Amino acid sequence: MIKKTGEIFLKKELLPHFWCIGCGNGIVLGCIIRAMEESGLSKENTVVVTGIGCWGKADDYLTTHTFHGTHGRALAIATGIKFANPSLDVIALVGDGDGATIGGNHLIHAARRNTDIAVIMSNNNNYGMTGGQYSGTTPFGMITSTSRYGHMEDEFDISELVKTSGAGYVAKGTVANPVQLQRLIEKALQKKNGFRFVEAINICPTHYGRNNKLGNAPQMIEELRKNSINLKIANNMKEEELKGKIVVGEYVNKEVDGFVKRYKEIQRKASA
Amino acid sequence: MERAKGKKLFMEGNIAVGEGAIAAGANFYAGYPITPSSEIAQHASINLPKVGGVYVQMEDEIGSIAAIIGASMAGIKAYTATSGPGLSLMNESIGLACMVEAPCVIIDVQRVGPSTGLATKPAQGDFLQIRWGTHGDHAIIALAPASVQECFDLTIKAFNFAERYRTPVFVLTDGMIGKMQETIFIPENEEIEIENRKLATCNPEDFKSYEFGEDLVPAFASYGDARISRANGSGHGLDGYPDNSPENYSILVQRLVNKIENHKEEICLYKTYYCEDAEILIIAYGCSARSGMAAAELARSEGKKVGVLQLQTLWPFPDYLIEKYSEKVKKIVVPELSLGQLILEIKKYVKHIPVVGVNKVNGLPLTPQEIIREI
Repeated sequence: MIKKTGEIFLKKELLPHFWCIGCGNGIVLGCIIRAMEESGLSKENTVVVTGIGCWGKADDYLTTHTFHGTHGRALAIATGIKFANPSLDVIALVGDGDGATIGGNHLIHAARRNTDIAVIMSNNNNYGMTGGQYSGTTPFGMITSTSRYGHMEDEFDISELVKTSGAGYVAKGTVANPVQLQRLIEKALQKKNGFRFVEAINICPTHYGRNNKLGNAPQMIEELRKNSINLKIANNMKEEELKGKIVVGEYVNKEVDGFVKRYKEIQRKASA
Repeated sequence: MERAKGKKLFMEGNIAVGEGAIAAGANFYAGYPITPSSEIAQHASINLPKVGGVYVQMEDEIGSIAAIIGASMAGIKAYTATSGPGLSLMNESIGLACMVEAPCVIIDVQRVGPSTGLATKPAQGDFLQIRWGTHGDHAIIALAPASVQECFDLTIKAFNFAERYRTPVFVLTDGMIGKMQETIFIPENEEIEIENRKLATCNPEDFKSYEFGEDLVPAFASYGDARISRANGSGHGLDGYPDNSPENYSILVQRLVNKIENHKEEICLYKTYYCEDAEILIIAYGCSARSGMAAAELARSEGKKVGVLQLQTLWPFPDYLIEKYSEKVKKIVVPELSLGQLILEIKKYVKHIPVVGVNKVNGLPLTPQEIIREI
């Protein structure tokens, strides 16, 4: 079997990318473009929407239609694009700051509404672009540039939050297992109805890693690999056994009516 | 004279705005309910699905403005309606609409601020917020109806300007204009002049999202087109890819301003009443223009030569009209439901005669008598 490279979606003349050495964003982007090609997407029919932050720069390297918008608003912009032209494949790329913190309200409502878009969140547990401050996914006790005494707040489990909000597809992978991550993204792209969400647990060696003495990028990735547990196995484990673990796999995969399908019915009723 | 085809209706200002939007070809509304604008949302939710359009009620005004910008870049005409508090939340992405050059219409039915203020009462305190609420240098277009008829007519104009210049356009009404009912004439569709954005016609491989010609307005390619479109709220070159060089950025911002300011005389709409022989000129917009007209009539009946310049376009500011109409008069009176925002702008251009304000911020409209006291 010939594996797809995703190169048709990559703006190669703009490489090398601007992300730090060891950053996992390149791994996530690679998974996305390969998944796009595997899923039969075309650059003419695809719109990639990004917000602001390190991951918000991802659209710079793509050949599809793009929208690089305001911080936290990628999902709201994507909502307008999709409802204006439901035949488009709309993908939003958000970070943990963009998607889970400043844009958290849009995230839960897009999931509840089952807005027919795919969202790939790159979660590196801190704000990389602005110098490594804590975000809504920074765990308790961790050191960031604005939690020098140890972070006093608890973090969101974003995948659980999106699942609870009603999304049709929710999955979590890590940059330590790109094969699995790509497969989860493919499923999200191929499922055309409803809100589809893939959380990619990422590393930020420059800020989060250095602040917390987590070693270099390979060591951080190895740590991710060791700490990952498949959801099916985790389901049979006790809460204390799961402390500090990353539960990967499909959290939800169900058929839902997306907004687009339901709104067609509203249009029919209104015209009757 | 042949009578235009159409129908006469008795209608509320907010509904006339909604009818104007649909007549202009609007197909998408995203909003968040807020008094005194909510009838515009309700109208959209009932009527847009009938014409194949979409109404979506977003989680907040921040999401609403973002959604209409997205919809616009997907090639359809989009609008939202709000009031001061909601507008304050939208401000960041109004700059985004300017920057990505997304045609869209934002209706602001003004109420008394600051903060929650008097939620159901009219005001004119957003005159400067719509101009400078978003950060950074930019140009904006804003139209202000003073009657239910103008709510309909100027909303269509707002969409036309948005499409022509690829920019966000405000329709600035208030709790009084939005909620009052008057007879209006709605022409048949074929009688209504509709403008659509200029579309790119080049080969897909030659297309650049922000390449512009003499009118400084880039030709549009919709998402889904073979011409790949890149909307970018950060510094960008003609192709929409990042370009943060000082040379590029000053050209970009200057073009965004010039594409509107260069066409000021086409954009600036206004009406005059009794201005031919006027010695005292009332300059006003929206509900205060109505008070001003009543004041002028009352003053005329007492033999005082008072005229009214009603500004229908507020931004770009019609400085040349202010200069022209202030030449022959001895005094200018500026009634407004704020402590003085429009008057600041007028005073920039009128130095040779007194310019006095009539101001009120208690939720009540100005009476003609209150204006006459300053004449």
